[in-house]
Amino acid sequence: MATKSVLAPEDILIEELGYEDHFHEHHEDDKYRSNFFSTYIFSMDHKMIAKQFLVTGIFWAIIGAGMSIIFRLQLGFPEENMAWIKPLLGKWIVVNDAGIGSLAPEFYYALVTMHGTILVFFVLTAGLSGTFSNLLIPLQIGARDMASPMLNMMSYWFFFLAGLIMFLSLFLSTGPFSGGWTAYPPLSALPQASDGSAGGMTMWVVSLAFFVVSVLLGGINYITTVLNMRTKGMTMWRLPLTIWAFFVTAILGLLSFPVLLSGLLLTMCDRGLGTSFYLSEIFIGGQALDHVGGSPILYQHLFWFLGHPEVYIIILPAMGLVSEVMSVHARKPIFGYKAMVYSILAIGFLSFIVWAHHMFMSGVNPFISNFFVIFTLIIAVPSAVKVFNWITTLYGGNIRFTSAMLFSIGFVSMFISGGLTGIFLGNSAIDIQMHDTYFVVAHFHIVMGIAAFFGMFAGIYNWFPKMYGRFMNETLGKIHFWGTLIGSYAIFWPLHYLGMAGVPRRYYRFDSFDTFSHFATLNKFVTIAAIVVFALQILFVINFFYSIYKGKKMTTRNPWKANTLEWTTPIDTGHGNWPGKIPTVHRWAYDYGKDGKDFISQIKPLEEGEVEVH
Amino acid sequence: MELAIKNQSTRNKIHPKKFALYASCASIVMLFASLSSGFIVRQAQGNWVEFGIPNMFYWSTACILGSSLTIFLSYTFFKKNATSLYKLFLVATLILAVGFCVSQYYGWLEIKEVIGLPLGANPSADFVYVLTMLHVAHVFGGVIVLFTALFHAFYLKHRVTKTRLLRFELSMIYWHFVDFVWIYLLIFFIYNQS
Ligand code: HEM
Ligand SMILES: [Cu+2]
Repeated sequence: MATKSVLAPEDILIEELGYEDHFHEHHEDDKYRSNFFSTYIFSMDHKMIAKQFLVTGIFWAIIGAGMSIIFRLQLGFPEENMAWIKPLLGKWIVVNDAGIGSLAPEFYYALVTMHGTILVFFVLTAGLSGTFSNLLIPLQIGARDMASPMLNMMSYWFFFLAGLIMFLSLFLSTGPFSGGWTAYPPLSALPQASDGSAGGMTMWVVSLAFFVVSVLLGGINYITTVLNMRTKGMTMWRLPLTIWAFFVTAILGLLSFPVLLSGLLLTMCDRGLGTSFYLSEIFIGGQALDHVGGSPILYQHLFWFLGHPEVYIIILPAMGLVSEVMSVHARKPIFGYKAMVYSILAIGFLSFIVWAHHMFMSGVNPFISNFFVIFTLIIAVPSAVKVFNWITTLYGGNIRFTSAMLFSIGFVSMFISGGLTGIFLGNSAIDIQMHDTYFVVAHFHIVMGIAAFFGMFAGIYNWFPKMYGRFMNETLGKIHFWGTLIGSYAIFWPLHYLGMAGVPRRYYRFDSFDTFSHFATLNKFVTIAAIVVFALQILFVINFFYSIYKGKKMTTRNPWKANTLEWTTPIDTGHGNWPGKIPTVHRWAYDYGKDGKDFISQIKPLEEGEVEVH
Repeated sequence: MELAIKNQSTRNKIHPKKFALYASCASIVMLFASLSSGFIVRQAQGNWVEFGIPNMFYWSTACILGSSLTIFLSYTFFKKNATSLYKLFLVATLILAVGFCVSQYYGWLEIKEVIGLPLGANPSADFVYVLTMLHVAHVFGGVIVLFTALFHAFYLKHRVTKTRLLRFELSMIYWHFVDFVWIYLLIFFIYNQS
């Protein structure tokens, strides 16, 4: 295989310095690509699994975002006739005698719940970390594939199954779960508490249980691969920041998702076995229930012990992608590489000891709150270090404003805006006013929702050529970026003011409250901005699928002139990634503009007298 | 499923599969750690019926400790090519494993009938039920592994190959691990007086 007609310079170097692992003598390829099913469906090739995660993630993003448009219509235009979506939503649109259709209140809650669950777990966890960990870990560390391709494939299929179950729950006659993405008891623990608490909640739990299995299988694989499968010369300190981020993300997932499982296990016991872990002295329809002595706070502890690391599980991969994209497109080494790594580690560690900042208003002891206030504020330090390093990486750079780079810069902007509001919320005294208001909604959508999406877009625009051998359209990409940047701020900036005025989140309508009704115009504005942003994402999706088939073809293997190993593989990367030997690594990933050279690939040995950076 | 990248992995001291198993164990530890901290949080809130753990659980302890010993002996004899002892101790491990599960069942009955706390009566007993049942679920996983090991012992020719050695080690590590979790639970229950 190594004797293809013309050898690229990379191939010559790899042939010379790489090492022979006899991979291709085993005819592994045949096993992996023998037929349609093993190539496209039950593939064990990490690059194909990455694409499966991505496309599934896009599917869920459209569903999840579509739901938000429907409930935003309700909030922005509560009086409008919604009968026109009756064909789609059926009985969830209630049409009155005058022929005016409105969204059923229970379904509003179901939509909000599903929107949160889908975006947090299916899109920003599976779609983001699943896609890029799979694509980049083996390619960037110089491995043929994951440690266990089989577990990797199962990770995807458990995710698929989780999605399928959640999807089916949308069609239950009692509707999907509607008690919020955090699934607090008693709404989650009592099947009779609301429509969505019945079958919808059961399916929600089953779906999430499969999802946890998927995350664990994936995570075990990512960690094992990073630690055990690096090529010769790829020391931990030579890893690109992407890999560091995926690695720590996987550790966080491995240690926090089981705790969610424990929490949900007790929920299921309360639902089905008559236990009272979370339930106490509840009256339904004037009847006292048998359940006594339970503690709903216990669930909150278990949930947020996952929940807070989970938000970093979402943002760390985005940070890794942004760091890499930024360095490549600024043609400069990333500023403070080691500080970046230590920040990732510090964030990872601290994320486990701040969870109760979600519970300041749940009646936890104020002295305990103080502990969590302090660590919550401390987590802002490594976050700020990262922001500082991104800005200094940009400073004086020879910036190429590609779509990928624009989204990376946008990421930093969003992360700053959303991070700052986190510091407000992290003070338990200020949180008395802010908790459960639109201020929180604004905070986490900007810092997590939009920022993570920006990181994901940066990754997609940048690595699309590696995935599909073609480029996405740059003009559409730029329209996508500017529209989304301005549109997202237009949606979420005003929500801070609503929150400061005390407007609570998760309310069906506000026009009936005198205190809040004067925000009607603002709410209309936000809804319109949301529709515009949604339309721009459809533009992205069109660009994505169109480019797979019709995009500009890749003619050289390293279009961005990057140093990392994935760009030393052939344009049409086969199974095993490198057609001949495996490359060996001689330097870190960020030799840009060193000694007057634009870039120096990691596979190039040090020249005589050359000093290695750091 | 074989690891695709054999040559690469041999460069490292610890086999990737073994490493993956340790990582999974860490994740399972979190499962039990979270539930036992839930136990403590809930206990501190009162309305908590204290009771001593059922005597049956000491039989469980004996069974599972014994089984860790027998699986280790079986492994040693496997390496020494002592076929019949290898098989004997593997069978003994399975019997002790079954003994563990059965004594757990009678332990639950004891809590329900002798101590008088059926499921749903009080969180103190409910936590014990949930933690031990979750643990038994992990033991079941181990029992399936044992069956596979027995299958290999009786249907394959006794040969000490690298793959079989690794497979045996993985099974043994997992088995010791569920044993360790049980000892943790036992001490936890005794210490916290249930
Ligand atoms: C600078 C660091 C940050 C601080 C100090 C901080 C602080 C907080 C606090 C105190 C809350 C609870 C507010 C309340 O419910 O009253 C909160 C909510 C939230 N934060 Fe942050 N945050 C930070 C960064 C982040 C990041 C990076 C993410 C995600 C990537 C994130 C995601 C969330 C989410 C999802 C919620 C709301 C969950 C819900 O109630 O539904 N935060 N944040
Ligand atoms: Cu948090």
